[in-house]
Amino acid sequence: MSALAQRLQGRSELGVSALLLVLGVVVLVDAARIPTDFTQRGPVGPAAVPVVVGVALLALAVLLALDVLRGGHGESETGEDVDLGHGSDWRTVLLLIGAFLANAVLIERVGWPISGAVLFWGAAYALGSRHLLRDPLIAVVLSVLTYLVFARGLGIGLPAGVLEGIL
Amino acid sequence: MDTLSELANGFATALTPTNLAYAFVGVLLGTAVGVLPGIGPAMTVALLLPLTYGLDPTAAFIMFAGIFYGGMYGGSTTSILLNTPGESSSVITAIEGNLMARRGRAAQALATAAIGSFVAGLIGTMLLVLLAPTIVEFAVRIGAADYLAIMVLAFVAVTAVLGASRIRGFASLAIGLMIGLVGLDPQTGQQRLTFGIPQLADGIDVVVVAVGIFAVGEALWVAAHLRRRPAEVIPVGRPWMSRQDWGRSWKPWLRGTALGFPFGALPAGGAEIPTFLSYVTEKRLSKHPEEFGKGAIEGVAGPEASNNASAAGTLVPMLALGLPTNATAAVMLAAFQQYGIQPGPLLFERESALVWGLIASLFIGNALLLVLNLPLAPAWAKLLQIPRPYLYAGILFFAAVGAYAVNANPFDLFVLLVIGLLGFAMRRYGLPVVPAIIGVILGPRAEQQMRRAFQLSNGEVSGLFNSPLAIAVYVIIAVVLLWPLVSRLVLRGRRPPTPVPAAVAGPPGQGPMPAAHATEPEQPAGRVPERPGERAPEQPAGRVPERPGERMPEQPAGRVPERTGERVPEQPGERVAEQTTGRVPERPGTDRAQAPPPGASEKRGD
Repeated sequence: MSALAQRLQGRSELGVSALLLVLGVVVLVDAARIPTDFTQRGPVGPAAVPVVVGVALLALAVLLALDVLRGGHGESETGEDVDLGHGSDWRTVLLLIGAFLANAVLIERVGWPISGAVLFWGAAYALGSRHLLRDPLIAVVLSVLTYLVFARGLGIGLPAGVLEGIL
Repeated sequence: MDTLSELANGFATALTPTNLAYAFVGVLLGTAVGVLPGIGPAMTVALLLPLTYGLDPTAAFIMFAGIFYGGMYGGSTTSILLNTPGESSSVITAIEGNLMARRGRAAQALATAAIGSFVAGLIGTMLLVLLAPTIVEFAVRIGAADYLAIMVLAFVAVTAVLGASRIRGFASLAIGLMIGLVGLDPQTGQQRLTFGIPQLADGIDVVVVAVGIFAVGEALWVAAHLRRRPAEVIPVGRPWMSRQDWGRSWKPWLRGTALGFPFGALPAGGAEIPTFLSYVTEKRLSKHPEEFGKGAIEGVAGPEASNNASAAGTLVPMLALGLPTNATAAVMLAAFQQYGIQPGPLLFERESALVWGLIASLFIGNALLLVLNLPLAPAWAKLLQIPRPYLYAGILFFAAVGAYAVNANPFDLFVLLVIGLLGFAMRRYGLPVVPAIIGVILGPRAEQQMRRAFQLSNGEVSGLFNSPLAIAVYVIIAVVLLWPLVSRLVLRGRRPPTPVPAAVAGPPGQGPMPAAHATEPEQPAGRVPERPGERAPEQPAGRVPERPGERMPEQPAGRVPERTGERVPEQPGERVAEQTTGRVPERPGTDRAQAPPPGASEKRGD
């Protein structure tokens, strides 16, 4: 058993395999629910491709798990600003997700000029910017500008929200 | 002549003052966004997509042509001045380009990249004009079964040839196909994977998927590993070249173009292979081989031309067949779908003005780029110093604008976040993102063609193989898929067991790009000819089929040289990918996690 535990150590990649497994099951369960008998037009119904994709997901989950247990691992992506020398900075990621969700929740309630500013300021803060004046200023300018360019200039529906009539 | 008059009409469309202004704005924005570190051409196009929503399709695509070339060129500026490239196609340019910049020749490196891009873009677009109508003529006559086969080839090629790991590539593809299934089945109206959520009935918008995977996923991924000290930017003046630089550049431009275009046009396109081939060629043919590894101008001119020619090449299958073969083309296809326009053979008939206007704009955008970029280079270089918190906050900000603007529905923002988290996980665990996006876009269309083929054959499976073309394509697919197996059988018993531990022990912090980097300079000279003899004794024991291609980050580099003389790109790639493994243990000194230039100069010692 300890041998197994040892093999599992540092194999968080098995989580990817688990994800594929769950997705495969979801796709197959959903496909089984589709009534194919009477709605079907032509020999191949709406459930055929989902079944193929679901089976593929399950098969890949197994293959990936085997690969990981044999010592394989995927290479993390690198980039200009990526330093893989230290572990993942989960605090930053969670703060970013928070800022993003705040915007998603607020956008219809208070409008993009405010929710967008919250998003930008929150994200900049999460990423370590601490300029008390500059950060919110840039955030507000950006969100108001995008509102004006998109909603007014291009006619794309960004909501003005509570600032309706002011902007 | 018909083509020429169509093209003339296209220029007439594109050269109206308004459309010219759109092209100009497109080039300017494309370059500005493309120059920003961490933003490759695909993300540039995805982020700027919402800007075109308010425009009519013709104007939008004219702007798009500018964004496309601008984003491409911006990426090469980043790689030359910052050393680490934003995406794999600029990897090779970065090697010699950054070395030149460090030796105080940044201006010349940027100039040869800009002019080389222009030359390659010009020739590539001309070839597009010549080829696309021919392919369209051919494509209107092929049936559903043929289309299905070609799409399956695109899936397999993008997944099996380009990635480092086949399993992970196919996992990514399957996830993409799954996302593509969400929504109402177009033929029967049955709900699939909608879980009773009404907003999902229309499916997940491709733009949301593209922005989620490319922009949000990337921003979250970088945020989790943000470099404490930003990379050093090399200052640059106005780009220029001496007479000698011109003399050393023009042949590499042309050779790079010749290499890049065909690779771009093939389903397994992608600029990695031709840019590397170009590098190798230039190093061999150069009269100054000693400069390679210290900043040889040929090493920038060739690969950069090749990169741009390959980009033009990807437009051939994209426009003529509706087949995206790389990330940027996939996002552009998403943009077409946004307007309810389906690229493919019928596009040239139905939307002739649009398509020729777009092609004419490619010429115009290409020329504008040259005019803009030479004088503006110092300004672009300043953009590289943007504080990283603002850069990534800005990416999230514009990603939110783009996703919300699609349907003016906050639900899309939640979907965007979920897909962004998926993109994060894919980057963390080495699942390539391109197969996923190709799966989302092509999956539903492949399904449609398959069902059509079955309808025509009354459900007989033979209906999928009823034409010589389809059969030929399936043979190619089989070869691509089975190649590792075949080559393993052939080479069985001649490999020491070393590769597996080596593969496992590979430095965890490295990714495909720098790896490709560090390896390349070492490869070119002399290595290729020795191959067969050198290889035979050291073939790895082929116990695990997936291994070889699997986690060899060097793969692109390793396999490329062999391709030179080959006809069918898929095959040699596979074989060599297999062989690569054998070499890996022998390269302990290749500090792959390192930035290229040090590695590059080291490696020159052979």
